[in-house]
Amino acid sequence: MVVPACRDGRAHSVREVGLFPMKIVVCVKQVPDTESEKALRPEDLTLDREAVDAVMNEMDEFAVEEALQLAERTGGEVTVLLMGPEQGADTIRKALSMGADRALHVVDDALRGSDAVATSAVLAAALREVGFDLVLLGCEASDARTSLVPAMLAERLGLPQLTFAQKVETDGTEITVERLTDYGHDVVTARLPALVSVVEKINEPRYPTFKGIMAAKKKPVRTLDLSDLELDATEVGAAGAWSAVDDFTVRPPRAAGELVKDEGEGGRQLVAFLAGRKLV
Amino acid sequence: MTLDHRLDAEYEELRRTVEQFAHDVVAPKIGEYYEQDEFPYEIVREMGRMGLFGLPFPEEYGGMGGDYFALCLALEELARVDSSVAITLEAGVSLGAMPIYRFGTDEQKRTWLPKLCSGEMLGAFGLTEPECGSDAGGTRTTARLDPETDEWVINGTKCFITNSGTDITGLVTVTAVTGRKPDGRPLISSIIVPSGTPGFTVAKKYSKVGWNASDTRELSFDDCRVPAANLLGEPGRGYAQFLRILDEGRIAISALATGLAQGCVDESVTYARTREAFGRPIGDNQAIQFKIADMEMRAHTARLAWRDAASRLLHEEPFKKEAALAKLYSSEIAVTNAREATQIHGGYGFMNEYPVARMWRDSKILEIGEGTSEVQRMLIARELGLTG
Repeated sequence: MVVPACRDGRAHSVREVGLFPMKIVVCVKQVPDTESEKALRPEDLTLDREAVDAVMNEMDEFAVEEALQLAERTGGEVTVLLMGPEQGADTIRKALSMGADRALHVVDDALRGSDAVATSAVLAAALREVGFDLVLLGCEASDARTSLVPAMLAERLGLPQLTFAQKVETDGTEITVERLTDYGHDVVTARLPALVSVVEKINEPRYPTFKGIMAAKKKPVRTLDLSDLELDATEVGAAGAWSAVDDFTVRPPRAAGELVKDEGEGGRQLVAFLAGRKLV
Repeated sequence: MTLDHRLDAEYEELRRTVEQFAHDVVAPKIGEYYEQDEFPYEIVREMGRMGLFGLPFPEEYGGMGGDYFALCLALEELARVDSSVAITLEAGVSLGAMPIYRFGTDEQKRTWLPKLCSGEMLGAFGLTEPECGSDAGGTRTTARLDPETDEWVINGTKCFITNSGTDITGLVTVTAVTGRKPDGRPLISSIIVPSGTPGFTVAKKYSKVGWNASDTRELSFDDCRVPAANLLGEPGRGYAQFLRILDEGRIAISALATGLAQGCVDESVTYARTREAFGRPIGDNQAIQFKIADMEMRAHTARLAWRDAASRLLHEEPFKKEAALAKLYSSEIAVTNAREATQIHGGYGFMNEYPVARMWRDSKILEIGEGTSEVQRMLIARELGLTG
């Protein structure tokens, strides 16, 4: 399947192979550590981010790694884009320590409570501002787990969207990915510029070296707010959200497991149990 | 005035990175290597890839441009999870590569350091002999310069040498008697012996009580010949050189011991919260709480001690006494914490599949290696002006 490239004037770079380094932007999100206990703030039912350790969304680590590998192969450069509060700087620094070249941090108090629609609007504006040939993201964030932002972002930017990629190859003009499906994978090709979201099968993210950590200190981080992006505060944050949490219940404690005693039918019972939950 | 208990952001990021690596990569796999007495090549390769073996060395030799403090931070975090990989790093850096960095010629540095820094190759330091440990001046191994071939001819035996027999070991630096002073005392020099040199035999691994996923061997030299240019540092200065290496090494071992002590706290807290007895978690009992509080106090104090010694080292201030204090204290409390953590785990603590059992087995050597507790006390007393 070949997705037609978008070259309708909204394309963000006109380039010929080998003339310019490929410009890769990775969108990363800071999320609560998946291993810590999460809670919603009683006053506005948004996540209590102060109460938990904040880390880079795990899936985004794979996107950063893929961006770095693509840049190493094609001689490109990697920009990290993060929307989030001040403390997001830690996540930016991690990506820079891994080897990204520069970063763009969109910070604004009005962004608090943004849903996927608002987030994609902000990221799209920032991407237009910074320019790119390829946008990479993790296929979902471990906090909300909607997988909406990559698709929304591609729509807003009029880009071919190649989601759930487990393998990416590019010659600087076209990009081909293996798109993970329930039954195997599809091979999808598009012309650049394009947007790719990745799954964790794609690579093994590197750990930052101390040299990388030291080098990150000197890398440029540009900070933008809503006015820099010419966005209206009412369109983003809780004010502009299309969805909001009305109510919630705490997850019930884990129920006791089901014990299968093998009296000749144990195997069948186990299969029936797994099949009943669509696990096999 | 600068007095600040906090780590710089870069040190903290390194610490967190190694903490995550230990948790994600070391913890799930190390138990099996340990049980099988196998060297964890796969983990060591990953440690190399993230630059741990190059931490304190400059970038021109393939290092990370960090310092000894950075190395110690990494050691502590690794040892919180496992001591075998921590000692492999400690010995690889401070015994394998550091003597070459500190005392080697530029050519020796260019030959060996890039591979040692990347972790592709491990180096070892052969000091201890069957009949001389703490009394390092009693070295029996000899090296004679053959004027006809311009080669050192080495004869003798070394024992308990970490990293000396892995598939990726590239060299062992050995101390040997190369002459006598007028008063009859030996002149000791350090000589680089590449792995595979004829006459250099590596015996099979020891069966050890702990550190079972690390490589420890006996080495023998039987008319082993290496070029005269393999002399490391000045002839006859080998003794002074390894004293410096040992002083530094004590800080590293102290960081490692602190890690083990902290690992005992981590494991005990988790266990005390989940293990129930008499209808409630055992951690609800003050007897257990107090044990763990004391363990945390000891680990914390040990950390202050090694960081103090390391800070003096970085500022080029005298650190001999502080290194001895840190090494002595942290190794003894590591043994105490391991014993207490095992006690908290009850019967499970005696089962090898529980990390605390590994920690208990790994702790005792800390009071022995890199200068016994007795030697540390001797050094401290001497620094206080007590002699005789």
